[in-house]
Amino acid sequence: MGIREELRSAARDGFIRAADLRGIARAHGLGPAEAERAALEGGIIPERYRRNGSTISVEQQLALLNGTAVVVGCGGLGGYVVEELARLGVGRIVAIDPDVFEEHNLNRQLFSDEPALGKPKVESAAARIALVNSAVNIVPVYERFTAAAAKRQLAGAAVVVDALDSVPVRRELAVACTGLGIPLVHGSIAGWFGQVTVQFPGESTLETLYSGFRGERGVEERLGNPSFTPAVVASLQAAEACKVILGIESGLRRRVLMIDLLSMSFETISLA
Amino acid sequence: MNEITITVKLFATLREGRFDIKTMSFPIGATVAEVVRVLGIPEKEVSLILVNHRHHDMDHVLGDGETLALFPPVGGG
Repeated sequence: MGIREELRSAARDGFIRAADLRGIARAHGLGPAEAERAALEGGIIPERYRRNGSTISVEQQLALLNGTAVVVGCGGLGGYVVEELARLGVGRIVAIDPDVFEEHNLNRQLFSDEPALGKPKVESAAARIALVNSAVNIVPVYERFTAAAAKRQLAGAAVVVDALDSVPVRRELAVACTGLGIPLVHGSIAGWFGQVTVQFPGESTLETLYSGFRGERGVEERLGNPSFTPAVVASLQAAEACKVILGIESGLRRRVLMIDLLSMSFETISLA
Repeated sequence: MNEITITVKLFATLREGRFDIKTMSFPIGATVAEVVRVLGIPEKEVSLILVNHRHHDMDHVLGDGETLALFPPVGGG
C-alpha cells in the first residue's frame, strides 16, 4: 500500500491523528514535516490543525507548511510571534537574536523562565517549539541581524517579521528586505502603546514612520514594556505574517495601526 | 484676520498632561515646530508628523483649517 492510501485509510472525516501520522511516516522513512506534507497534499488535515477550521483551508495549511518566516528579534514580540506561527503550522521558522535571557525579561518574554536565565533566547525558542510542533523546522540563529549578513540571514523568507528593539536596526532591516524583495511585518511597543504595519518592497512606510527619529530608543526607554502589550502587537504581526505567506491582501500596507491600550483605541493612519 | 485655526491630534505619550484632540489658533505662517514648542513637546519626542494625513517636516507652514497629528517614537520589542 502506498503512503497516500495508508494516510487515507488512517484518516477519519478528513483528519489524521499524530500517532497514526507518526507511524506511517516511520514506515516510509519520513520526518514529521514530510508526513504532514504528504497528508495535506492528499487533502487530509493533521488533527493538530483541526481547529484552524475553515479559517485555514487544506491548501492554505499546505502553503503555510511550505512557507518560511524569519523572525528578527526573539524577545517580547519575537517570542509570541514564533509561538503563534509554529502553532499555526508555518513549516520553517528562523529566529534571530544575539542575546541571552536576563531577569528583567521575565515580565513579558514568552520563552524566558527562571532556568533559562543566561541562556540564548533562540535556544529556548527552539527547545519550546520542538515540544509544541515537531513538524516545524525551527532554526535558531544566535547572532545579531546585520545589513552585511542580511542575504544569508533572511534567505528563503516568504515574510520577515520585525521584532527588534532598536530603531536604527529596524531601518536597516527594512532596507535589506526591500533590497531582497521580501515583505516585512513591523511591530513595535512602548508601555501601553504599539504600532503595526506591513511594508512590501518598493514601499517606504518605515522610513516615513521614523522620519523624525534621532537616537537609538523610543519612548519605551522611559515607559518599559509590560506583559500584555507585546502579546497584543505580536499577535497582530502573526496574523499579518500569515496573510503575507498565503497571499492575502493586508489592510496595513502604507498604513500603520496605532494601538493605545490605555484608552483602548485602535486607529489606522495612512502614510501615502 | 491674522490667525489660523488648526486641529491638533496627539498620540500615545504626547497626550500626557495635554490632550487627545484640540482646536487651537496660531499666527499666520506658523510652522509645525512652533506648535510643538507651544505645546511644550521636545522635538526629539516627535517621530512622525502628519498634516491632513500627509507626512511633513517640522518646518512645514500650517494652513487654516488643517489637522496636525503628532506621534512619538515607539521602538521597543
